[in-house]
Amino acid sequence: MTKILKINGLEKTYKSGSKELTVLRDISLDIEKGQTFSIVGPSGSGKTTLLGLAAGLDTPNAGTVELCGHDLNTLNEDQRAQLRNEKVGFIFQDFQLLPTLTALENVSVPLELQSAKNAVDRAKELLEKVGLADRMHHYPSQLSGGEQQRVAVARAFSNGPSILFADEPTGNLDEETGEKVIQLLFDLNEQAGTTLVIITHDLDLAARTQRILRLKGGKVLTYETTAAI
Amino acid sequence: MAWRDAKASRARLLLFMASIILGIAAVVSIQLFSQTLTDNIQRQSKSLMGADFRIDINELPSERAQAIIDSLKPDASEVSFVSMVAFPKNNGTKLVRVRGLQGDFPFYGKLETEPITAATSYQTLGGALVDATLMLQYNLQVGDFVKVGEISLPITGSLIAIPGNTAVSSSVAPLVIIPFRFIEDTELLQFGSRKRYEYFYNQPDADLAALEERLQPMLEAENADLDTHTSTSSRLGRRYENVGSFLNLTAFIALLLGCVGIASSVNIYIKEKIKAIAVLKCLGASRKQSFLIFLIQIAGIGILGGIIGTAIGVGLQELFPMVLKEFLPFDLTISITLQPLIMGVLLGLVMSVLFALLPLLRTWYVSPLEVLRVSGDTSKQSAKACYVAIAVIILFLYAFSYWLLRDWLFALAFIGGVLVTFGILSGIAIGTMKLLKTYFPSGAGFTTRQSLLNLFRPNNQTIVLLVAIGLGTFLISTLYFTKDILLDKAEIGQSSESANLITLDVQPDQVEAVANTFKANDLPVLDNIPLVTMRMHSIKNKLVNTLRTDTTTQIKGWVLSHEFRTTYRANLINSEEIVKGEWVGSQPAGEIVPVSVSENLAEDAMVTVGDSIVFNVQGVLMPTVVKSIRKVDWANLQPNFTVLFPSGVLEDAPQFNVLTTYAPTEASSARLQRALVTKFPNVSVIDLRQMYTVVEDILNKVSWIINFMAFFSILTGIIVLIGSVRTSKYQRIKESVLLRTLGAKNKQILTITALEYLFLGILGSLLGILLALISSLLLAIFVFEEPFAPSLIPFLVFLPGISLLVLGIGLSNIREVLSSSPLEVLRKSG
Repeated sequence: MTKILKINGLEKTYKSGSKELTVLRDISLDIEKGQTFSIVGPSGSGKTTLLGLAAGLDTPNAGTVELCGHDLNTLNEDQRAQLRNEKVGFIFQDFQLLPTLTALENVSVPLELQSAKNAVDRAKELLEKVGLADRMHHYPSQLSGGEQQRVAVARAFSNGPSILFADEPTGNLDEETGEKVIQLLFDLNEQAGTTLVIITHDLDLAARTQRILRLKGGKVLTYETTAAI
Repeated sequence: MAWRDAKASRARLLLFMASIILGIAAVVSIQLFSQTLTDNIQRQSKSLMGADFRIDINELPSERAQAIIDSLKPDASEVSFVSMVAFPKNNGTKLVRVRGLQGDFPFYGKLETEPITAATSYQTLGGALVDATLMLQYNLQVGDFVKVGEISLPITGSLIAIPGNTAVSSSVAPLVIIPFRFIEDTELLQFGSRKRYEYFYNQPDADLAALEERLQPMLEAENADLDTHTSTSSRLGRRYENVGSFLNLTAFIALLLGCVGIASSVNIYIKEKIKAIAVLKCLGASRKQSFLIFLIQIAGIGILGGIIGTAIGVGLQELFPMVLKEFLPFDLTISITLQPLIMGVLLGLVMSVLFALLPLLRTWYVSPLEVLRVSGDTSKQSAKACYVAIAVIILFLYAFSYWLLRDWLFALAFIGGVLVTFGILSGIAIGTMKLLKTYFPSGAGFTTRQSLLNLFRPNNQTIVLLVAIGLGTFLISTLYFTKDILLDKAEIGQSSESANLITLDVQPDQVEAVANTFKANDLPVLDNIPLVTMRMHSIKNKLVNTLRTDTTTQIKGWVLSHEFRTTYRANLINSEEIVKGEWVGSQPAGEIVPVSVSENLAEDAMVTVGDSIVFNVQGVLMPTVVKSIRKVDWANLQPNFTVLFPSGVLEDAPQFNVLTTYAPTEASSARLQRALVTKFPNVSVIDLRQMYTVVEDILNKVSWIINFMAFFSILTGIIVLIGSVRTSKYQRIKESVLLRTLGAKNKQILTITALEYLFLGILGSLLGILLALISSLLLAIFVFEEPFAPSLIPFLVFLPGISLLVLGIGLSNIREVLSSSPLEVLRKSG
């Protein structure tokens, strides 16, 4: 199978005052195309940092990240942005919708950034898929938490990403709504063949992915394959 | 709690403070300076006049007047008049004010000359003191000669300063001082010359008030005037008070602009604190407590801003003497008084609390339920509380303007004007947002749409930015347009149809020879106007002497003592228009002389068509009747008259003439002036081309002061701009980073921000210029009564300049976005 994400010897340190704080130490992993993958670990274990580095949102102090066949160390910020725009989707715990845009406009942003011609049609299609056909012209502030996260899911899939990173996607949602969003995520993953990388505290959710990476103190604790295969 | 909360938002609160610092600095520095000016005028009262008191008269004193003057034993005297002088060294000629001095004047203050000894030696050596700038202009040195009328005198020194004279008055008519004993030899004091006799008294122990009370009525009856050093200085004080009021108002506008900045920043600040306030309320904080937390913060900022602003104001005060030196007849000693300092700090406190009041009120109405809500600010403010807050703000502004202007009507007009300007600017800002919302260009590209969306997004700064940019541009553009109108006005006379050289004081026996001199220089005689001087003897059968002592009369004082220069002719000229009655061009046989008076004279002398006026034409009483009232375009620089006689009456009265011509080049003008000065030393020539330069020079000096004041408003505007941009910085960073996370390139983020600020900059500055255009047009129509052809400079220079400045400030804000990691957004959520 093709490897969509290859991480090798990744290390990240931050400066905290005069001290250096190592958040990630010697992380190596690889994810195959179309796989579902979860990263679990206690708070402060380096999950979000790892996701950020994997998606090219930050640069490591050591090690390499190869995303969709591109070595991120060799790309500049704009090139990494272009790669994200074309190949990557994101879902955040607190939705991160642009408050000044309607649901429809939020979903079409990634395609608009590519100057895609069918941006609005594609966004409408996706909103229908996530069950928000009647809420397209609402602003985020007029939507419930669950609806906002569904808009975020639609946005994440709007550019037809090869890989989708979800950072605790159900963290701000009630159990029922959370379950609906997760089901949606998995359905869309299945239909579009998108690789899914989820950061979560929820071990049941992690168990639904094909592989689980457990982090603790910035190091890999275990790297296991689940029954979900 | 207020302090703990403020510590966390220190940077933001400091920026709010910066908005008012400059305004306070401006107000305090001007207050201090006004105080210094008043102190200096009082302290230097005697040296402003150079004497304890003086008697002045615009004609040779009558016997009775001379008796009074002599009885007081003058210590010095002078006669002064405007005349042409020539500099044989380089054939230069110039219209100057000649002062023939005798005695040891000034008794207070100094006659500053170069060399210093010239101040006294010009009297003993029999030389002249010539204005220092004039000496530079004409490349004159001590020892060169100046020809005054029929005599030539060596220049003993250059005149730097003399009590009572300002740089501006010198630029209108530079001074040449000569010993009084030579005046007769100049032969310049002929019939009809405008001259002024002054007698100076060095009597430090005199009871000035008693003297004034006793002698003034007697002297007034003889057309003379007694001035004490105290009355002169208080008159001067009042004049500078007006200037002070104007400067104060400009400073106040800067402060208001800063306060609008505070109101807007606090509004966003409080919006962001709603959740925290709701949490506090959940934990049991009362409405009063939560309100006080933020009130104390704002009050603290106000006091601190007041203190810093006041300190800067004290420093700035030092700049004013430099800015105003051309207009001050004395050197300033800077002093610091307590009142402006206290006022500065209080103003900081009161203004910031007042303007923060509306957004602060919101804390009162925050419901603890906010904690549980996902988004949106649903706190409802009481409309009544808002109205009360707005009323308190307007009342305070009115009270403060009244305190600055001491005139309730002016204060009302000022506050009204400010409210209208702010109202128009914010109204247009709101209208623009609504228009954008309604007619949103959905078909435009993503970056364009995103940047336009930012203009009416939640927490947008459109209103405050447009007000700040608009007001700043409005101030400088109005200044520019007004200057244009004034210069255009002065430029009349530059066209070939109208005269640009006016020769005054031509004696009847010289008229032909002067006209021939014109012709010899290939210049036409455009006008030859006879002038007859006279005073009013009675108005509507009441003697002028009686009217002078009548305290109930509404007739303006100048009318009663003015020496009218009148003319006679059969026709009206193009600067005149009859508004009442009918014009009679020639004297009907056997009737009372029909005269025409100008509108302003009719108003000031309280006369109308049919009223009788008896004129004293050099000893001969001449009854007349007002037959018509004329509107006169005084702006037209050709000779105009308040009283016009028909032909057939004054032809035989003692008179002198004014001849005018048009000299196409400076060289031809100089040639004619030289010829006239050589042949007719008593004739004065006014060169309108030179006058234009003088007017331009004065306007430049005035506009330098206004520019200096506008600078405060503009700088405050920039600070408010930076403050507003910074206030929304965190939200901007968050959103821009999110866009970056979704794959936006730096160029796209830059374009979104650039378009937004460019739009704000262009709209704001365009609004400011358009408002300035309207106000200047109104000024042109109602005040200057001039046609107004707006200059393109504000459109070509201010519009792009200010737009680029706004763009620069906006872009500097997202520099951080471009350099920060997109991971921030994840950190916030993770």
